[in-house]
Amino acid sequence: MNHSNDSRDATAVTGNMGLHSYEPGVLRDALDIEEGGTFNLGAILSDRHCSLGRGEHQALIWENHAGRHKSFTFDDLRRYSNAWAHRLAQLGVNPGDRVCLFVDRVPDLYFAFLGILKLGAVAQPLFSQFMADALEVRLADADTRAIITTVRHLGKVRSIRARLPALAAVILTDVSADAHPALTQGEFLMTAEEAPLVEFTPFPATQDTPSLLHYTSGTTGRPKGAQHVHSSVLSQYATTRHVLDLRPDDVYWCTADPGWVTGTSYGIIGPWAVGATQVIFEGGFSAQHWYEFIARHRVTVFYTAPTAIRMLMKAPPPAPEQLGSLRHMCSVGEPLNPAAVLWAERVMGRPFHDTYWQTETGAIMISNVPGLPIKPGSMGKPVPGIAAALLDQQTFQPITVPGKVGLIAFRPPWPSMFRGYFKAETTYQSKFVGGYYLTGDRGSVDSDGYYWFVGRDDDVINTAGHLVGPFEVESALLRHPAVAESAAVSKPDPTYGEVVKAFIVLRPEHAGSDELKLDIMNFVRKHLSPLAMPHAIDFVEKLPKTRSGKIVRRMLRAQEWGEPVGDLSSLDD
Amino acid sequence: MPDDQQIADTILNYITREYADSLQGAPIDVDSPLISSGLIDSLSMVSMKVFLDQTYRLRIPDAEASADAFDTVAGMVKMLRRLGVT
Repeated sequence: MNHSNDSRDATAVTGNMGLHSYEPGVLRDALDIEEGGTFNLGAILSDRHCSLGRGEHQALIWENHAGRHKSFTFDDLRRYSNAWAHRLAQLGVNPGDRVCLFVDRVPDLYFAFLGILKLGAVAQPLFSQFMADALEVRLADADTRAIITTVRHLGKVRSIRARLPALAAVILTDVSADAHPALTQGEFLMTAEEAPLVEFTPFPATQDTPSLLHYTSGTTGRPKGAQHVHSSVLSQYATTRHVLDLRPDDVYWCTADPGWVTGTSYGIIGPWAVGATQVIFEGGFSAQHWYEFIARHRVTVFYTAPTAIRMLMKAPPPAPEQLGSLRHMCSVGEPLNPAAVLWAERVMGRPFHDTYWQTETGAIMISNVPGLPIKPGSMGKPVPGIAAALLDQQTFQPITVPGKVGLIAFRPPWPSMFRGYFKAETTYQSKFVGGYYLTGDRGSVDSDGYYWFVGRDDDVINTAGHLVGPFEVESALLRHPAVAESAAVSKPDPTYGEVVKAFIVLRPEHAGSDELKLDIMNFVRKHLSPLAMPHAIDFVEKLPKTRSGKIVRRMLRAQEWGEPVGDLSSLDD
Repeated sequence: MPDDQQIADTILNYITREYADSLQGAPIDVDSPLISSGLIDSLSMVSMKVFLDQTYRLRIPDAEASADAFDTVAGMVKMLRRLGVT
């Protein structure tokens, strides 16, 4: 089928608020990008502000759990990112090479990110809580040339290095030149504040020059690298202004880790394209610390995730004066339940505005923008310039009946749209049907044009706002000596939204026990990540399979969610 | 009946053994912040809870299983006492 001439339905659900500010020409002008010319995303986020006379404006205020803090201006960003670009070039990194950032939220993460872009190389951020197996799969797939890490994570990198022939350099950062572990061959040091200051001419990127490679999980196969480009900044700038309502004089806190797309699109690119001050907390969750952090830095705009909001809901409430600086709050990563919206209005003094998008879209696509009345539980309406649609799950024709469930889809292009999956063109093409990009999510649209999330259209598990691929979990489970077969599915959870549940057939010589369950949980956590760890395990005699031997996860998933299991005629037994 | 120190030692030993990859040699004691410091991801709290449930033969209620309660070993000992572990 061909939908290429059918713009009527897409237009009907396109937002109409301030459309002019989303026009690419206006956005390019705002960021000093010439149409068809060259530019560099790293320079836009740092050098450009210095050229505009805002070099002394605070760009980054960093604080860690132990109370250490540092502050950096846009001129600091310019100088330290130049130092990183220079150092990477010295180490043989070329434009187009993938450079992995496997770092906790230390200041050098941000300097290195900009430096990689200035060099014309491709930043490959990975969640630093990934364990060795998860790290190896992603570095091997990307043929990563260099990895930037800290002492804390060096052991994981060293344990897999021999199996990564493309990995030419391991760069240890956030260490002093006179106090660091002994280095082995191919390991180097780089901490920007201790490096010589150099000038660096940014790589002349075009709108389609690769900038980032973000790994995301699907139902089948290994994680896929979603390839983004330098011109993504047009979408990120527009939505940061319009949806997050961020201005240059704001103090902004995005709690997302830069190992995930929110942490780069809206934890680095968007706010620094606007020229706002970002505060970064290097630490974990604590309601008390978070409220104190907001109060201490007079945070004005706050962007976090529903899981964090639900964890705040379980903690003692903030003192009224702690949140007095906040004027806007948004949420991302998973459906924001109505109770969380209402709780925030009552306890934090204002509601969270839900935003919907994906690693592949690169920027917010559907949102409760400021001024749009919030319907608690709805993700809002498509942002201007985005043609969204709901497609019938069988025919892929647009649905116009309010409330009917369909596939959430977008009509390309938009500036921050991913340009491919790294070395997986067939998978990339499979995401497009009839001129639409299919998100893999199901939803509905009400008669007022608000979108409502229903669930995934596949077996991917969204836990705490992060996608976990069942295949990756099952592969790890099979490495446990007691496991003969397994199936990983999502299970509803009041805090994390969804968690991983594993159904396991044990090898004959093993008997199920509570101790074995805990051992298997820890096994997955230590090999993949805390996200992938099953929160629940059932030992079963056998798994439901088709006659061709394929495990039918949807049946197990439906049982967990109390949904109809659907057509079982293809099952073996 | 285990005293507080014995419970704390049991938990500390478990954390040191099972979370070695996360701790990466960082020394911890009963008052070390684990989750709020980022040493241990909040999702890891779930396996910690299962360990306590199994070791002390109880079921920690969801309302008690907050990141704050699991942030330090001392906090976990207090929680277990509150739940009647003797």
